[in-house]
Formats: sequence, C-alpha cells, structure tokens
Amino acid sequence: MRKLALSDDVLMAVEKPERYIGNEVNSVMKNLDEIDIRFAMCFPDVYEIGMSHLGIQILYDMFNRREDTWCERVYSPWLDLDKIMREQKIPLFTLESQDPVRSVDFLGITIQYEMCYTNILQVLDLSGIPLHAKDRSMEDPFVIGGGPCVYNPEPLAEFFDIFYIGEGETVYDELLDAYKEWKQSGKTRVEFLELAAQIEGLYVPMFYDAFYNEDGTLAAFTPNNVHARETIRKQMVLDVTEAVYPQAPVVPFIKVTQDRVVLEIQRGCIRGCRFCQAGMLYRPTRERDVEKLKGYARNMLKNTGHEEISLSSLSSSDYSQLEELVNFLIDEFQGQAINISLPSLRIDAFSLDVMSKVQDVRKGSLTFAPEAGSQRMRNVINKGLTEEEILEGAGRAFEGGWNKVKLYFMLGLPSETEEDMKEIARLSDRIARRYYEIPKEQRNGKCQITASSSFFIPKPFTPFQWATMYPAEEYIRRACIVKHEFQDQLNRKSLKYNWHEADVTPLEGVFARGDRRVGTVIEKAYELGCLYDAWSESFDNEKWLQAFAETNVDMDFYIMRKRELDELFPWDFIDIGVTKAFLKREWNNAMAGTVTKNCREQCSGCGAGTFGGGVCIEGKS
Amino acid sequence: MKVRVKFRKNGAMRYIGHLDVMRYFQKAMRRADIPAAFSKGFSPHMIMSFANPLGVGLTSDGEYFDMELTEPIPSKQAIVQINKAMVEGMEVTEFVQIAEEKKATGMAIVAGADYLSSLKKGALPADWKDQVDPFLAQEQILIVKKTKRSEKEVDIRPMIYRMEVRGDAVFMQVATGSVENLKPGLVVEAFCSYLGIEKESVSFAHHRLELYADGGGDGKRKLVPLAALGNEIL
Repeated sequence: MRKLALSDDVLMAVEKPERYIGNEVNSVMKNLDEIDIRFAMCFPDVYEIGMSHLGIQILYDMFNRREDTWCERVYSPWLDLDKIMREQKIPLFTLESQDPVRSVDFLGITIQYEMCYTNILQVLDLSGIPLHAKDRSMEDPFVIGGGPCVYNPEPLAEFFDIFYIGEGETVYDELLDAYKEWKQSGKTRVEFLELAAQIEGLYVPMFYDAFYNEDGTLAAFTPNNVHARETIRKQMVLDVTEAVYPQAPVVPFIKVTQDRVVLEIQRGCIRGCRFCQAGMLYRPTRERDVEKLKGYARNMLKNTGHEEISLSSLSSSDYSQLEELVNFLIDEFQGQAINISLPSLRIDAFSLDVMSKVQDVRKGSLTFAPEAGSQRMRNVINKGLTEEEILEGAGRAFEGGWNKVKLYFMLGLPSETEEDMKEIARLSDRIARRYYEIPKEQRNGKCQITASSSFFIPKPFTPFQWATMYPAEEYIRRACIVKHEFQDQLNRKSLKYNWHEADVTPLEGVFARGDRRVGTVIEKAYELGCLYDAWSESFDNEKWLQAFAETNVDMDFYIMRKRELDELFPWDFIDIGVTKAFLKREWNNAMAGTVTKNCREQCSGCGAGTFGGGVCIEGKS
Repeated sequence: MKVRVKFRKNGAMRYIGHLDVMRYFQKAMRRADIPAAFSKGFSPHMIMSFANPLGVGLTSDGEYFDMELTEPIPSKQAIVQINKAMVEGMEVTEFVQIAEEKKATGMAIVAGADYLSSLKKGALPADWKDQVDPFLAQEQILIVKKTKRSEKEVDIRPMIYRMEVRGDAVFMQVATGSVENLKPGLVVEAFCSYLGIEKESVSFAHHRLELYADGGGDGKRKLVPLAALGNEIL
C-alpha cells in the first residue's frame, strides 16, 4: 500500500483530504531505481485550481514519456493544512511518491497570474528550500519558473534559478540531458546553471545585473556571466499538430474547476486586441489538425471517463475547421451522454445553431465580450466588433429562444472618458431593447442582461504596456459612474451590473510591470502573512500596503508614472518575435482610434513572422 | 436491467468522500465500457444509487451501489473490466442482477452492517477483552446523541445486534439504514466509558465488512448480505 506523507490525524483534520493523497486515475508511479531525474511540477494555488490547468497536464505527460524521468505534482496546501505543516514542521511533499519536494532534482513552478506570488514563496518555504536562488546548495532542487507571468520574470528574479520563457514542449529534453551529464560530472550548481543559460529560451536571472537611472527607471540590463545570452528568445512549437498531447490526463477525485476533457484546438489568436497579453505572446496563431483532434477526443474520453469535453483556445470561432470538429463531437458523443462545451465562440448563425444542440436554450445563457461600451473605445482597444454586430448577434440569440445574456467589459482603459464608461450601461440597455422588439407572444418572459466589468491592467508585450494606471479609489469611482448610469436606463429591471474588487488591481499592476526591486515587497508581504492573494477571503490589502511601506518601494512609480516611448523596460531582454516597434505603432494607432486588421485579413508586420510558421505562412506553402 | 455492485474501499481511498466516490464510479463505468443507462435531458447522468454512505476515514470490504444497464453483461466479465479501470484501494468484488422494483434498491433496504474496530492510538485496560460480554449484557446502554438543535439520551443497546472480540479488534453488527442507524464510533465510545477510560485518550480505525438487508418477515430479523439478493449474470 502507498505510504502517505500526512498522518491520519492530519488528514482527518483538514478540509478535503483528497487534495493531498494522490493516487488519482492516470497519475504516474515509477520505480526510483529505474529513473535518473525527479521533476516536481507545481501550480502554486489550491489543488482544484492547479488540477484544472492544461499546461501542467501536457508537461506531466511529456516528462513521464521519458523513461529516465519521473514527473510528479505539487500544489499549495490550503490555509488549514499550511498552518498544521508549519506547527508540526511537516515538509511539503509531492502527490505521487509523497516524498519531500526538497529531495527532487527540479521544482518547476507554473506562474499563471500575479496574485499567486506569495504562494510561490509558501511552496519554497514549506519545502525547506531557501527562498533566494543564491542561498541554495547541492541539497536543493533547481527551481524553474514558466507560464505567462515569466514574460516579465523580474519581480521574481531572486527566487528562481531558471526561467523557461515560452512553450514547454521545446527545450526541456535538452535541459534534462544536460542535467544528467552534469550530475555525473561532480561540478558545481553554478556550472549547471551555465549549461542551462546556453540553451535557447532559458533565462538564469543571477547571471544578469540591472542598473537604474536617478529617476528610478532602468538604465541597463546586462549579463555578468559569459555563458548568458544578451536576449532570450521565446520558445514556440511550430507544428502544434505533431506536439505531444496527453491522451490520458489525470482524473481528480474531487470536483475541480475544469472537470472535463480539454481539447486545445489552436494556440495564439489572430485578433490583436491591444490589451491582451496572450494575443501577443502566443503569436503566430497555429492550428491543430482536425483529424488529429478527433482521435484525441476519442482517446481522452475513453481514458478518463469524463462526461464532458470542452474546446480550448483564445478564440474558437477563428479555428478554420471548427464546423467539422463541432459536428463530429455532436454526432459521435452526444448519444453517449457526453456534454459538449463551446467557450469563446463568436455569436453568429453557426454558433447559435450548435449551441441550441448542446444546451437547453431556455436555461442557458450566452456570453458576449464587447470589452468596452462605446465604439470609440472598442476601436482604441482594437476589439474588432461593431455595435451592429453585437446587436445582430443578440437579436439572433433572442429569436433563437435565449433570454439570458452575459456581457464582459473592462474599465480603466487608456483614454477612457466618462462617456465611454456610461456607454457600458447604454449598450446593455440597447441589447435589452432589442429583446423587447420581439412580439410579446413570441418571447420567453423577461430578459436578463448581466454586465460585469473588470479593471484593466497593462501587461508587458502589449501595445498598452505604456499605459498609466489609477489608484484604487479611481477604479471604484468609475464603477460607480457605470452603476448610476445603469439605474437611469429604460430596461433597468432587466439589467444587472457587477464589478470586481479594486484593491487588488494596483498590486497586480505593480507585479505585471515591476522590476527586480519589487521582489523585496513580495518577500516582506509573505513574511507578514500574505498568502492566497488571489482569493478574496484571504487577501489582506492592509498587509500589502504595510509591506510596501516597510520596504520603501513606491507603488505609484510602477503604476501611475507616464512611461516614455523609448523607456527601457525590465522585460525588453526577452524576444517574443513581436517587436517593440510594432507595439509602439499599435500604441499610436490606439491613441488615434485606428483599427488594425486581424492576421488573416492583412499582415500587420508584427515580427512573429520570423518564426516562419502558423498563420504567417498560411496559403503560402 | 438493474445490477448491484459490491466494492472494497481501502488504504488512501478512505479519504474519498461519498459524493466523490459516486463521481469516481460514474467515470470508472465509462472507462470500463459498462453499458450504463442514463437519465434524459441536456445534462444526462448515470442512473446509480448508493447504499448507506461510508464516512470519510473509514475503510470497507462491503460497499454497494445499484445501477441501471441498457443491456446485460456477464458478471465475471464486468468485474474484470471494472477492476482494470480502478485505482489502488478500490476493487469490485461482486456484480449481480437484482429485481426491477423500486423498493428493492440499495438505499431503502439496508438494515444492518458489520464493522471491525481496531485501536489506532492510546491504550485500553489489560482486561478489555473480558469486558465486551458484560458490556453487551447491560439492559440499557445510554449515550448522549448531539444533534444541531439539542442533546438527547438514547439507548443504543437494541441497535447492537452482535459484539465480540476478534483478535485484537472488536467485531460488531449494528443497525444501519434509514430507520435506525448506529455508527461504530458511538459503540466504541460507549464501551470506553464502560471501561472507565476517557474517550479522547484513544482512537479507533473502523472497517466495514458487510451491509445487510432484512430478509425476515413477521418482525423477526434475518440479515442477508445485499449481494445475496441478486443473481450472477452468466
């Protein structure tokens, strides 16, 4: 029988012990005598969130295909267990072997959002691994960071040995092979990091120094080790069809956020919305072959027993074989009582037709993401969506029997005026009016329009990376303007408006565009007890403000300052293909309200073409 | 057709809660290609009903659920297929056809269960094994049952059908189900207080051995294992 790291008393004392016992269907066990490398893959949040992440499932599968490597999983212990582990000095363990994390060779941490940064320190701390890379010894694993946040890794630079910039499928084999050789050679930790630094896409932060101007901006960022590269080129899988994809993902016992088979149909997005980081990072758009996806769907449903399958991509409607794939899923699986979920679809005749086949129209709701209320603002953000298209889509949906619509907006976008804010309410009302144009006897009671807004946060490698943010009070003020405008609408009884909390927004802004000096704030906040900051029940803004005060880091410098077009950014040493010149051009286009066409309509010369793949070469071969 | 499935739940699987065990078997049946029947509608689910949920932390050799099939499958073959889709600690031991009528399903007919309770932590008086019979010989065994609203004294003696020493453990057969339900932990607690030791000073591991239906008529109890009410599918 498998041993467990936690005693029966501890497991019976915590909420959902299932988070900590491993043994799930399709989890991989290996014999320690038969492997050379142990890799612990961590998502620094609670199990249910971490287990829902596709990237880890892909890498878990990829690593475990190697006979010499055992990849296991680690998640953040929830607050109840965290407390017990500190009191009883229980080291953090991997789920499969239940061995201490510190005993593995690599600890890989995927960094998906800024508000998990204190959880990264929790994972290191509970594992007994020194928080700072420079303090680690031969007894410690190499700590590698990956995921979207590492496109500006600087706030976390002190805590990681290596950052893997880009898609995980490309150079891990090279790194692991180098590790095996190094392990036998008896060389030092730094010598291994020097080997790693020579692999394209890998960034070893301790091999670089940052220099600052008197005004606090970055003056220079240079390697201090001959093996370190001047720029780090993002890693990308050119042929996603041939890339590894897990045919038997791990099936959790407890209900996790993504409790279904996930079929990633493409990577990247052709749209070029100016606020969207993913849209720039994952260029160029690359599609998976539809026949391959059909086979994956069959295998994964069979191997997991899941009752639902969902498509995953940034914009499913842009997948060229969507119709064929969706019809296949419906024909093949609906008879087997498999739910089919189709997120991120544009509302058009085709999508409404398939939606009516896969959901109960009278109960289900449709989602639109206009992102901004006014046409002016939508042009600024390059959301290629006109008001006519929104109203036409909503009209079709209402005539098809739907009466619930969800609308997503952003507040605090660059150049936003009071008029733009109010248009959120007015657009929602115009959608409701469209509903009531349908003759009373043909419609299904009242309609329910739920509008939600989140606050915009400028991200690196987007045209809005130069944008200025606002203090928390200003975000609230803007949300109140929208709320009041909703109250003045004709159909206010059919409208509902929600907005996200604002306290966390400036913090996210600091981490998104922060530099190395921000790391001390994160460490201080963790010392003060900040943890699970992405969870409103545990987020403690006072402690964060105290951490800024005690470390003398000026939050406003990172969020309120106007950035000049020629400023050197902390993330400029990373080359994502998309050039800074293109981003500048797009920032200027945004300020002029000029729309840029999507990749399929017309190439805008963003720079991603240098990879020589995906949408950039469509129809050219 | 309706079938009854008996399974074991051991090792780390004792921490899987009842609802998650249901989810687990729904997915397992799909992996095992068992011809399960589904409810109609936009979110169809497998037609499955579990007998008397086991508490988290308990192990068992006698768990049951009933399910509906669209076509027959031989019992032996079904057991092999399902066990190929299991994880360590979960094992199906029986798969039998049961009567179609609603009142025959697992939930409604459970009347008793066997448990083996063994000491996990702490110590019992040296002569504890000799105390089991006198404990059971009492006319009444009163315990205080706490509910959300009140506390009341209950006599659990009539709900203990059998109790005896087995090796270093205590075996008991107790009332279980929707009419009367006695948890093994309460029996052990009452026994500890009979022995004159603090219930906090010891802890027990409870293992369920079997679940029974009452097959007797005319007020006479005759416990039959749930699986015995079905027939092997050949």
